[in-house]
Order: sequence, then C-alpha cells, then structure tokens
Amino acid sequence: MDHSETQDTSLYRSQDQTVATWFRSGEPWIWVTGAAVAVSVIAVVGLLLILAVRGLGHFWPSDIVQFDYVDARSGTQTVVAGQLADSEQVSLEQLSSSGLALDPSLGDIRRRDLIKTGNRDLTGADFRWFLYERMSTIEKPEGLMVLERREWGNFYGYLLAVKEAGVTVTEQPPMVFSEPVWEEFRSRLQRALDLNETIQDIEKNDTRALNYRLEQLRLDERALELNENLDSQLRQRESARIAEARAEIAVKYDVLQETLNDLHTQIGRDSFTAITVTGQEVELTFAKVVHALLPNQMSVLEKVLAWFAKLAEFLSEEPREANTEGGVYPAIFGTVLMVLLMSIMVTPFGVVAAVYLREYAKQGVVTRTIRIAVNNLAGVPSIVYGVFGLGFFVYGVGEQVDHLFFEAALPAPTFGTPGLLWASLTLAILTVPVVIVATEEGLARIPRSVREGSLALGATKAETLWRVVLPMASPAMMTGVILAVARAAGEVAPLMLVGVVKLAPALPLDGNFPFLHLDQKFMHLGFHIYDVGFQSPNVEAARPLVYATALLLVVVIAVLNFSAVNIRNHLREKYKALEH
Amino acid sequence: MTQSSESLLLEKDSFFQRKRRFKDRFARHAIAGGGLAVIGAILLIFLYLLYEIAPLFQSASIEKTDSYPIVGDGQSLHIAVEEQGELFLRVNDAGLAEFRRVESGQLSKTIPLLDSSETISSFASASNESRVFALGLSNGTVKVLKHDYRSVYRGDDREIVPEIKFPLGDSARVLTDSANPIQALAVRDGDAQATIAGMDSNDTLHLMVIEKEQNFLSEEWEFNEQLFTLADVGSAVRKLIVSEDQRYLFVLSHADDLKVYDISKVRQGGIDSLAGQYSLSPGHTVNDIRFLLGGISLLVHDSSGVLTQWFWQSFDGQRRLEKVRTFAGEQGNATILTEQRRKGIAIINHSGLLQLAYTTSSRVAFEDTIDFAGAVRQAAISPRANLLLIEDGQQTIHLWAVDNEHPETSFGALWDEVWYESYPEPEYVWQSSASNNDFEPKYSFSPLAFGTLKAAFYSMMLAAPLAICGAIYTAFFMAPALRRKIKPLVELMEALPTVILGFLAGLWLAPFVEKHLPAIFAMLVFLPPAIVLVAFGWSKLPIRIRESMPDGFHAAVLIPVVLVLSYLCIAASQPMELLFFDGDARAWLTNDLGVSFDQRNALVVGVAMGFAVIPTIFSIAEDAIFSVPKHLSNGSLALGATPWQTLLRVIMPTASPGIFSAMMIGLGRAVGETMIVLMATGNTPIMDANIFEGMRTLAANIAVEVPEAEVDSTHYRVLFLAAFVLFMFTFIVNTIAELVRQRLRERYGSL
Repeated sequence: MDHSETQDTSLYRSQDQTVATWFRSGEPWIWVTGAAVAVSVIAVVGLLLILAVRGLGHFWPSDIVQFDYVDARSGTQTVVAGQLADSEQVSLEQLSSSGLALDPSLGDIRRRDLIKTGNRDLTGADFRWFLYERMSTIEKPEGLMVLERREWGNFYGYLLAVKEAGVTVTEQPPMVFSEPVWEEFRSRLQRALDLNETIQDIEKNDTRALNYRLEQLRLDERALELNENLDSQLRQRESARIAEARAEIAVKYDVLQETLNDLHTQIGRDSFTAITVTGQEVELTFAKVVHALLPNQMSVLEKVLAWFAKLAEFLSEEPREANTEGGVYPAIFGTVLMVLLMSIMVTPFGVVAAVYLREYAKQGVVTRTIRIAVNNLAGVPSIVYGVFGLGFFVYGVGEQVDHLFFEAALPAPTFGTPGLLWASLTLAILTVPVVIVATEEGLARIPRSVREGSLALGATKAETLWRVVLPMASPAMMTGVILAVARAAGEVAPLMLVGVVKLAPALPLDGNFPFLHLDQKFMHLGFHIYDVGFQSPNVEAARPLVYATALLLVVVIAVLNFSAVNIRNHLREKYKALEH
Repeated sequence: MTQSSESLLLEKDSFFQRKRRFKDRFARHAIAGGGLAVIGAILLIFLYLLYEIAPLFQSASIEKTDSYPIVGDGQSLHIAVEEQGELFLRVNDAGLAEFRRVESGQLSKTIPLLDSSETISSFASASNESRVFALGLSNGTVKVLKHDYRSVYRGDDREIVPEIKFPLGDSARVLTDSANPIQALAVRDGDAQATIAGMDSNDTLHLMVIEKEQNFLSEEWEFNEQLFTLADVGSAVRKLIVSEDQRYLFVLSHADDLKVYDISKVRQGGIDSLAGQYSLSPGHTVNDIRFLLGGISLLVHDSSGVLTQWFWQSFDGQRRLEKVRTFAGEQGNATILTEQRRKGIAIINHSGLLQLAYTTSSRVAFEDTIDFAGAVRQAAISPRANLLLIEDGQQTIHLWAVDNEHPETSFGALWDEVWYESYPEPEYVWQSSASNNDFEPKYSFSPLAFGTLKAAFYSMMLAAPLAICGAIYTAFFMAPALRRKIKPLVELMEALPTVILGFLAGLWLAPFVEKHLPAIFAMLVFLPPAIVLVAFGWSKLPIRIRESMPDGFHAAVLIPVVLVLSYLCIAASQPMELLFFDGDARAWLTNDLGVSFDQRNALVVGVAMGFAVIPTIFSIAEDAIFSVPKHLSNGSLALGATPWQTLLRVIMPTASPGIFSAMMIGLGRAVGETMIVLMATGNTPIMDANIFEGMRTLAANIAVEVPEAEVDSTHYRVLFLAAFVLFMFTFIVNTIAELVRQRLRERYGSL
C-alpha cells in the first residue's frame, strides 16, 4: 500500500481561509465522514465494554451494605441488607407520578439504588429499589454473609448456630462474628459440597445409564412385538434375554438407590440457623448451599480469587433455577458439538462444490449464474433456512427415518423431532455458500503458472489438483470453514426451529452406546441468551448472567474471526511471493 | 526431461498409467457429481419452499365415490355426517333417526324419536357443529334432541356407536297449550341457556327460554323454562333462526322480509323488541338463509344465484345488519351448507352447480357441475369437510370425497384489506390463532411486510449514512496504518451474533432510550454541527498543532470529541427533560403530542439493526471506493482539485454502483434479520409508521409461530409462504447487487 491513497490535505490548510472557501474546499465534510468512522468505532468498542463490564462484574463479590430505610409510602422503618446492583438518577416528576410524596426541597433529581436483597423465600423479591435520601446509618458489618443457595436465590444474613442432627454444635449471638464458628460452618459446608458432588455423579452417570438401558430394552421389546415373521423359538429366546437384562438392571438399580439414600441421609445431617437483618430466623441444611462468603471482610486478593472461582464455575457448571443461576457448560458443550458436526459436514461438500465450479465446470453463463446464486444464498435470511430445516429435515426426512428404522419408539418421534443432527445439517446448508465462496477465491488466487507447471510435468488433472492446487488453497478453505463456524456459532433463529431447547436433560455426548446421540435436543449459547434474557421468570436476576454469556459468545466468535483473518493474510503473503 | 519420464508418457498401457487415468476420470466424475449435488441441495431449498406453498394456491377437487338409493318410507328432514365420516344420520318425517353407513347406505341403527301418537310438523337444526336439532310436533310441543357418537374399541377395531341424547330433558317442551301444530321452528342450546322459537298454525310465535343449571352434587341438569309470545309477527313465516348467542330471533317471511327481534326485550315484556327489519334481496326470492360457523355472519342465498354475507355493525350505538360480501353464482334454487371447522360454504345449485367458497378470502375454491337427479332434498358436509353427501329428489344418496385443504388464502386475503367478522371496516390484520374453535384466522401479510419495511427503513436511516461516510473516509482519506486497524474491527462487528445485538437492544438500549429520550435526539441534532465546528476550530489552530496530526487521523481526533459530546448530551438529558418536557419526556409525548410510546420500539430496532447492517454496507462500499484505480484520483489531484472535489467528481461517480450494491445487500440483511426484531420489539403486528411503536416482521413472525403451527395446516403453509417471500426478496435484491458489482469490476478492469 503506497501513501498516495491518503490525500495530502495540508496543502490547502496553510492558505489563509475565509469560512466560505473553507467550506468550498470540502474540508468540513472530510471531518464529517471521519466522524462516521469515529461513531462506528465508539459503538463497537462501547458495546464490547458494556458486555465485559456487566458480564464480568457479575462474578465480583461486592460488599454487602446494611442500612435503615424509611419507606416513602408507608413511612415504616426497616433494616435492609444487600449488594448494590445499579444506581440511577430519577426526576422528582417521575417519582411523584408513581405516587411517592417526597420533600420537594431536596432538588429535582433524586438518586435511586437497586439493591439485591435476596431472601426471595421470605420477601418474594430478589431486587428492590431504594431512594438514597431515605437511607441512614449505612454500614458494612463484617459478620454479614451471603449464601448462594440451590433454590430461592441468595440469602443475606448473620450466621447463628451450626447443628449436627438437630443438636447445636457451636453458636454465636446475632450480628457478632466469631472465627471458630465460621470455620466450623465452612468445614461442614465443604463436606456437604463433596457429598453433593458424589450424589450428582451417581445420579447423572450411573442412574442415567441404567435408565438408558431400560429404555433400550423397552424398545427391543416393542420391536419384537412389531416383528411378525420371527419364528417363535427366537422370539422366546429374545424375550427371555430382555427379561433377564431387566432383572439385572433392577438389582443394580436397588443397589444404587440404597447408596443414594445413604448419601442423602448423610448430607442432610448438618444444618445451621441464620438470622436476617430484619430478625427473621431460618434453619437451612448445608445441602442447599453452594457458596458462603463474607464479602465485607475479604481482602482484594481474596475477592479476586473468589471472582476466578465464580468464573470457572460459570464455565464448567450446569445452570440452576431455570437457567438464571449456575453455569452455562451444557450450552458451551452444545454449541461446540453442533458446530463441530456442522463443519465435518460442510467442509468436504463446500470444497468439492468449489473445486467443481472453479476447476471442472465449463466457465460459461451457467457457471456464472450458479456462482451468483451461491453467493446470494449467503445473504438469504437464516430464518428461511430454519423453516426449510424444520419442514424438510424434521417433518420430512426425519419422519421417514422414524418409520423405517425407529418404528419401535413410535408414536414418540426419534428423528422426527428437532435435534442435533438436523440443527447441524441446517446450519451446514446455511454456511456452505461461505465455504464455497472462500475456497473458490483461494483457488482463483493460485497462479496459472503453478497449475501449468504441474500439467507440463505430466501430472494428470486429478494429481495436479490433489498434490498442488488443493494444498495451496488449503488456507483459503480453512478461512472459509472458520468463517462458517463463526457464523454458525452465532446463529440462533434457525436453531430455534430445528433443535435447540432451553434446558436439555443430558448432554448429547455420553457414555451410553452409541455415545453421540444425534437425535437429542441440545443447549446453545446464543439461544441461552435469548431464552434467559427474554423468557425467564426472573429477568432482573438473570441479566448479569446473560451479559456474561454474551461476552463468552463474542470472545469465541472474535477468536474464530481473527484466526480467519490471520490465515487469510498469511495466505495472501504466500502467493504474493509466488506471483513473481 | 529425463528418459524415464518420457517413456512413462509414451507407455500408455502400463498398469500404472491405467490406474492414473482411472483416478483422473474418477476424480472428475466424483467432483462433478459432488459439486452438482451440493448445488442441487441448495436449489432444493427453493424447490422445497415452492412445494410446501403450492397447495395454498391449488383449487379444491372433488371426486364422486358412490351413490345408492335409500330404501324405506319417510322423506328425509335432515342429514348429518359424524366426525369420522363413517356414519350419517338421516331423520325422516316418520320420526325415525336412521344411522347409516356412509360407504353403503346400510342401516346401522334406527332410533324412534316419537311416541306413536305424535307426528312431526316442523324441523329445526341448531347448527351442524352442535349436533342439536328439534322436532316441532303437531300437538304444539317440541322435542329437542342431539345426535352423539361414542368410539368403542374391540381389540384394534374401532366401532362408532351412535346415540340420541336429550340436552333439555327427555320430555317434550310444550310451546302452546292450544295444541296447534308447530309450523316453523328454531332452536339454540348453549351452556347456560337454551332458546326455542316456534310458530303455530294460529300464526302465533312462541318463544321459550330455558335456563339450565347443573346441580354440582348430583350433576343433574335443572331446567327453568319461561314462555313468551310475540304478537304482530305477521302470518307468512317461512323460517325462524335464533342467533348463536341467543340474543336475537330472526323471522323470515314468505315475502323475504327479515324481521329481527331482540330476545332480551321480548323477555322484558316485548316493547321495542323489533330490532330491525331488512329486505334481504329485493327483486329476488331468498333460497336459504343460515348462520356461518361462529354465529356471527348470516348467509343469504337468493334466486339470482348471489350469496351474501351479513353481520352486525354499530352505527352510533345502533346495531344493524350490514351486507359485507357477495359471491356470484348461477340462477335458480340452491341449498347452502356451512363447514363445521372453518368459515367455508358449499352452495349446491339444484341445477347441479357446486361451489365451494370461503368467506374470509372471498375465494371460490371449486366450481363445477356435479350430477344428481332432480332437486336437492337434503345435503351435508362432514365435520372435517372432506365428504359431501346429497340426497336427491329420488331418495338417492350421492357421495363425493372433497379435497379442499386451503381455501383460507388468496392473493387478496394475503395482501388486501379484508372485512373480517365483527370488524367495523376492512382492515389489514395478522392474527393466526386464538383459543376458540370458531375463530376466523386472519392471514394478512400486509402488517408484517409493513413492519419488515419499517424496521429496515429505520435501520437503513441510521446505517446508510454512517456506513457510507465511514467507507468514504476509510477508503479515501484514512491513513493506511489506521485503516489496517479499522478493517478488522469492522469485520468483527459484522461477525457479532445478532442475538447479542438483540439482547442489548431489548434489555439495555430500550430502557436507556426510554430514560434518556431527549439525549438521543440531542445527539442527532447537535453532533453533526458540533463536528463541523470542531473542524473549523481545528483549521484556526496554529499550524504547528495541526501539523502534529498525521494525515488521515481525523477520526482518531474525533473519537474523544464524540465521546465528550455524547456524554454531555446524556448528562443534560434530565435537565432538558425538566426544562422542556415537565420532567418526563415519555409522558409528554403521549399526553401532549398523542404519540404512543412502547419501550421496545422502532427507534431501538433501528439503532440495533443499523449496527448489524453498518459493517455489511461499510465493507462492500469501502471495497468499491478503494478499488477505484489510483491514476484517476491522482490525475484529478494533479490538476488542482481538492481531495473532496476529487472524491465527489471522480471517485464517487465511478464507485457509486458499488455503493448502491452495498446498500442493497444491507437492505437484504435488514429485511431478513430475525433475532434483533424478535428481542427489541413488542412483536405486535400493527401498521403504524410511528418511530416510538414496535412492529412484527415477517422473519420474527416465522420464528414465533412456526414451532406451534400444525404441520401442513394452512397456517403452516402460510408461514412457509412468508419464508418464500423473504427468500425471493433477498435473493432478488442480492442478485441485482451482485450483477451491479460484477459490471463495476469489469469497468475497473478496463480502466
């Protein structure tokens, strides 16, 4: 790139200008066009910043504030404790129109804080707005703890006593913090967490495996019923096998159930009592707690560690509480698996089509038309592909497949319902134009001389293609595939029709034969954002998680895109050298 | 070339050579096959969409399957087919309910409806779908009956067992003590109330209202009947109808005068009970009148062959029956039938012409002559509307299988204003489903297409100037070092999943805009002049400072300026609100300007979708401007033109086709975008260009409704049609853009 492309405007600057000549020179319009770039840059960077700040900030264990509050409506005084979630300026007019009688002398604009007060089981709401002017004696008591629970969201309050099988082991008076009590609490919580992990492990792997085998046996039995021309001896042998297997599973099931019962008794052994700032005493079992923190006495380093722990949990755990808490691991897994399957399907077909169009097809009007058509398909709305996938794959092909191969399971559909296979196939069709276009571009960049050299040495066309052209075009193919992957990873609209669900009971890849369950529905990061942000019963609580999920998705896609860009640049450099 | 390789080439028939040739040929065929298959698969989308929507535009077809005579006495008063299409009921004037097999006419069961002393003097059917009918007897009493069916399974075989029930108790209702025969009769049975109207031979009209209550302990029905008589109805009554809501009684005279009585006023003593009087078809005789499914529309067929649809309209608080739609047909007598699930009508002209019409779409899906002998004695359509049964004057039953899947759509129903039932005027409405069965689906694409274009328009309003100005600057003025950083940023912007933009638009931007409404408009108004001012200020700065900015770094200088200005606008938002809008701009808009305001509105969509479209337009337009051959601009500059003049006079005319195609592709993307619209609007299908209200687009509509649509139903196919419309629109727009770009590339090549 030479410098002539940027025009030297300094020539015109030095002249002594009037406003009119300045306008006539067009200088202001250059600034205006520059402003368009500035606005776009600010928008992109601002968007990424919003996602980063809001998404990552969610994991930060901020301090718990406690204050006295006089309600503006009823005038009653209460104690409030919670974490500051948001703060905004509201005009007096808006507050008055919502029925609050406020002292007009304090100015026209008031500060309002959104506090996450938790204790949804006691108060019914997670978040509440408080007028700043009505708060008094704001403090951060060191004994105030936040518990992340498996149900009902966060709990804010003071620890009172730790109990074992209903008998108090250790206790402390309310609002007083004592280290040994807390240590006792921590160690028992850790025990409960470990037990819980074992229970989860058994339920998720062993029990599920047994259930899966039972289901397979049921299908075998049904298939046996449907198969009319089986001789009776075989039939008897087969039903005996099924009965035997059933009995075997039943025994295993009982053993597992016993272990689980035992574990459940163990985990339910310990409990503790805590008191909220308003003086309500509650008794909870340790089994219901995920995290317990005392943010007001944590150092910055401890907070950073806690932040990383939460982040790791977000990436590796399953969602809880209708997806509003916990992690997004199944969604990450689903997205990656679906995209992998898609790229396995799209790469060979896209490359073959591109090679055909560029190397074998007669370059005429027809090929040109096809090329334009393929190019334009990349611009067809993705929802159209979704509709196609639903109608053609799910209701068309899927139902036929069910009738041919999965008759035993009918009327419950196997492939005649949205699922992983159809989702990845639909996205493969959606992204195949991207791969074709990129590969073709790569093929077109390979100099004629290289091809001719190979042919002149006696290689056949196929050999030239395989040994010379394709290796040289491979970076272009990679670019195409990566771009396809990036597009597929962010696409949601078609997936909503062909296989994504808000909560999949199991990952589509597990230890049960055939390991990869192509008929299963799966979770997806993009859909997770849509679902949690817009369909969730508790949007306020879920919002930070949505920001975090969105940030994760952006990071994944940005990494994919930048690698595509780098590969492309690398490729261009390579052929620049070849052309000389 | 070495000796060995030469010999290799010459030695054609060695095994090795054959293998190579085979491989070459194999590769050729495999790649051609594979390539064509992929291209075929892509084409399949187009063909499949066509295949799914084709049935929408096909005419209905019928096929005569059988005809057989009915052996036995008694003329038929009524025939009705049961749900499965296996049995039909034939009520004859001897008072027998004959249940016969549809395929053979064989008698399956006969139930006597009368005692030996009773004779039928009139008959009325409430409606086909309620299966309630009434017999008016010559002793002045009325029997209300209902035919019902049970499925009984014996192993895998299903048998349908018919029965006759008594919805109002099994004793006859006495309409008149005078024991005069009932000459005309009407009945309606509702959940809480039933109404019977009967005209006796003394020309007295009796009205019986029966209130029903179910004892919640014994679950037995208790009935409480009240009897009224209507005076001055006139003598020659031809037909009585009670409306489905049991509010009105329609009395048709032999002179084709229709009198409508308000039943509630009759019950209060009869004063002013006549709610209206209509001459239904002046100059012609009325063949048949009946209600369409749902009991809202009255259908009238007259001897000129015209079928008219009427329903209630309010004029200044006065309800009047208004004629809203007509279907032309053949002169002569005719029987009309209504479907039980849809607003479909069958018109059987006694001369043999059959028309299958549909009211909403004003479409006649089938029109042809069918053969039966003589007049139509009775006729019935099965509940699934797949079977037509006619008993002719010679007591022969004729059977047709009807294939009429999608009469609900027509070009007019999709794109024109349609006068839907109970609407005051023809309107564009999309409302595909509702909770009740007799709902009239409203498939108008117009509000969706309007919403699509509205969303696209507002996003293009934002995206087009920003992207094109940005492209101009980046391609022509920007320093190469900066350009290398900007381009990947824009590419990243293009790759941002729209679900993220939609989520930010819905959950962050929409509340932000609502709260800082004045700031948004202040930015639009103040930013451009402020930029020019800054530029002017810059030109007045001492040359040493100006020189410190390298060429093509205007954008970098402007970033802090734009940031500060935006911050000022946002900070000043609340004071502005206090100053100009009484502290609440939103309330001010609604109360003072009468502009309704949704939080998720077109402005939010415009910004979010604009954001999604900017990179598309930007990169194509930038490419077009950057590829303008350098010698053109250099020549212009050398001749003394300023860079701006060069841009306007030399670069832009050359690059404008490219910019045009960039806009087209951006438009295509805005039209098809789903997630942003889904998340950032309320998805209400309204036709209003107001920037502060939402919309529903074709794409979002598909995403919302396809998962719930019943496969192969009209709704499902209409959604496929919407997808097809989107497909064709974007495909055509993109093709135009692509052709323009190719032309441009050729032009650059020749320069």
